[in-house]
Amino acid sequence: MSYTILRKKQVAPNEFDIWIKAPQIATHAKAGQFVIIMSDEESERIPLTIADSDGKEAIRIIYQVVGTSTQKLSRLNEGDAISNCAGPLGKPSEIPTGEKTLVIGGGVGIAAILTIIKTLKEQSNHVTTILGSRDSEHIILEDEIRQISDELLIYTDDGSAGTKGLVTDAMKSLFEGGREFDAAWAVGPTVMMKYCSLVAKEQDLLIWTSLNPIMIDGTGMCGGCRVKVNNTIQYACVDGPEFDGRAVDWDILMNRQKQYLQEEQESEHICRLGLSHQSQNGQEESS
Amino acid sequence: MSLQDKKRERIPTHERDTQKRKEDFFEVNLGYEESEAISEAQRCLQCTNPLCVKGCPVSIDIPGFIKKITEKDYTGSGEILRQYNYLPAICGRVCPQETQCEGACIMNKMKGFQPISIGKLERYVADRNRSEQGSIPVENHVNPTRQKIAIVGSGPAGLTAAAYLAERGYDVTIYEALHLPGGVLVYGIPEFRLPKEIVRQEIDDIQKLGVQIKTDFIIGRTMTIEELMKTYAAIFIGIGAGTPRMMGIEGSELIGIYSSSEFLTRINLMKSYNFPRFDTPVRVGQNVIVVGGGNVAMDSARSALRMGQTIGHSEHITYHPNHVKVVYRRTESEIPARIEEYHHAVQEGIEFHWLMNPVAYIGENGKLKAVKVQQMKLGEPDESGRRRPVPVEGQFEIFEADTVIEAIGQTPNKLLLESFPQLKLTRWGTIQVDDQLMTSVEGIFAGGDIVTGAATVIEAMGAGKQAAKSMIAYLTGK
Repeated sequence: MSYTILRKKQVAPNEFDIWIKAPQIATHAKAGQFVIIMSDEESERIPLTIADSDGKEAIRIIYQVVGTSTQKLSRLNEGDAISNCAGPLGKPSEIPTGEKTLVIGGGVGIAAILTIIKTLKEQSNHVTTILGSRDSEHIILEDEIRQISDELLIYTDDGSAGTKGLVTDAMKSLFEGGREFDAAWAVGPTVMMKYCSLVAKEQDLLIWTSLNPIMIDGTGMCGGCRVKVNNTIQYACVDGPEFDGRAVDWDILMNRQKQYLQEEQESEHICRLGLSHQSQNGQEESS
Repeated sequence: MSLQDKKRERIPTHERDTQKRKEDFFEVNLGYEESEAISEAQRCLQCTNPLCVKGCPVSIDIPGFIKKITEKDYTGSGEILRQYNYLPAICGRVCPQETQCEGACIMNKMKGFQPISIGKLERYVADRNRSEQGSIPVENHVNPTRQKIAIVGSGPAGLTAAAYLAERGYDVTIYEALHLPGGVLVYGIPEFRLPKEIVRQEIDDIQKLGVQIKTDFIIGRTMTIEELMKTYAAIFIGIGAGTPRMMGIEGSELIGIYSSSEFLTRINLMKSYNFPRFDTPVRVGQNVIVVGGGNVAMDSARSALRMGQTIGHSEHITYHPNHVKVVYRRTESEIPARIEEYHHAVQEGIEFHWLMNPVAYIGENGKLKAVKVQQMKLGEPDESGRRRPVPVEGQFEIFEADTVIEAIGQTPNKLLLESFPQLKLTRWGTIQVDDQLMTSVEGIFAGGDIVTGAATVIEAMGAGKQAAKSMIAYLTGK
């Protein structure tokens, strides 16, 4: 099986948008699911959300270069093949019909909400979308998402695009304006998902968050991705990755994401020196 | 050779020096030299009604392959093995022979005799043939002319079923979820016990029979069972035991606590002992506690030991193996681990603490610092016949530890089962099968750990073979 990179484009500093030939995954992928990728045989298995699928031949992945594995991936260009791509993994998003929904994407997590919004629209939901990032350069997919959302709010930390502020500010302004929603999604950095969940909890609003713990096999075999939800242990790879953010123990997740910080730095240092293939353990590479 | 000659002790195999082997992941047991293999083979009584064969889950003609060794006919010996077992170099290394063929050997019952070293002889023949030729005779390679069969899972059960069916003309495709085939043989059993190159070569041999292996292919996600049923005349599910069982005690989320599945997968499949040449790290501290008493616990403990620190540079390098304790809630006489592996662990300096069970993990800044263990005692026998461990009220100990590896068993992986709820399950969550290994869905068979719960490589192979025979009977209407 050859997982060829069919298209590649840089969408933000250190963020790439690629289409990978993977017909079997493309025909089976649903919103909210992810793949496990290895750029070469020495790579880690890194989980990346499926940003889109053409339903026939190829899937779309948008990733941020944050460590050795994603650096290696970024060295591959159109026509090159990645060594392994397995999926679609995880449970698909639970998509309602005819509801009022709020979808929040932060940073590279914006990539993960694209298919969620598409599927929500297919099921006749009303979609209000909030995009957030540190600055205008890191707002990705703005045009595509504007086209399919009923309403779009953009917030940046520095105010260089949209309103200056955090996505939680955007949520609060909607709620203060009397807006009501039946369900919400938030995908982005863990800390963002945590605070979005706190705001949603105050509103008694169901909020799906896509968890990204360190993972190896992605099929429920290793237990490394265990998270605490509603005080019970769940495996993000097979029980998730989407969980009601109001029930997630965020501090445990954030602690466990730091497990390999030291090794990541060691490996990334070697990688940047260009000493052949070196790497890190995938965290927050995407959402 | 007189009977008196056969009485002499079994010939031991060579093992690497204990101090050296603690520093790396190279194989511990080095096997026999030719002259030793022949001498050991000559001890076999060549029973006309051999008990060893009855002790073997795949009924290998053991006296037959051993006799060929005495004749130096290694090709002939290998052919006999192949008739029963497609993975002889693997089985020779990891089978619990002491409770199977060697345990049944008549010499156990004869005063002054020792059982034949059957496993080591099997390994000798397999290794020798592998280095001299492709080990499956070309005449066994047949063009598939019969129906298409899908095998889910490329572990010992799936590989055996696939090989058996391919040799009989079926068009077999194996679907494997991970990026490498072999299942537990590649992600579970460590390199120092089963070199991955040997696994790769034995799988290559099976592929030469015409078996196709599709990796990165998760049945239930990448393709559903329903879709498989449209293309294939029969399906075999051999997906293994799957999901780790964990203690679930206070503090389980702390950094430093692994399931044995995660720990061994990082080391064996992802080769983190070669980090940073390979990209996946594994964090092992200097004080490691392994929970459990089975082979997986031994593998975890011995792997953790080998992940020690190299300190100093140039000629002043010293290697500091990690300090590893195994805590087990019963006693030495109840451990399910193979005796050979337990002995290796003791030799290598692993400490064993019997009648102890962790009750809480104690952390600091999110990281594991210590384990609180409770003293246990043995009570009445449970359903397994072993005496049940019961806690001794109020007796606890604190062990300092920065790493814990829980090796307390597995439960069935739900991924495939949830995606295909038509399959009837037992009350343990394993797949229910009839005596032909057919599931509740016609044409779908299952075997190995997903049916029996965690067991051995050879039992899974036995199930793979039995299922293959049943599938042929089903497909030919016999």
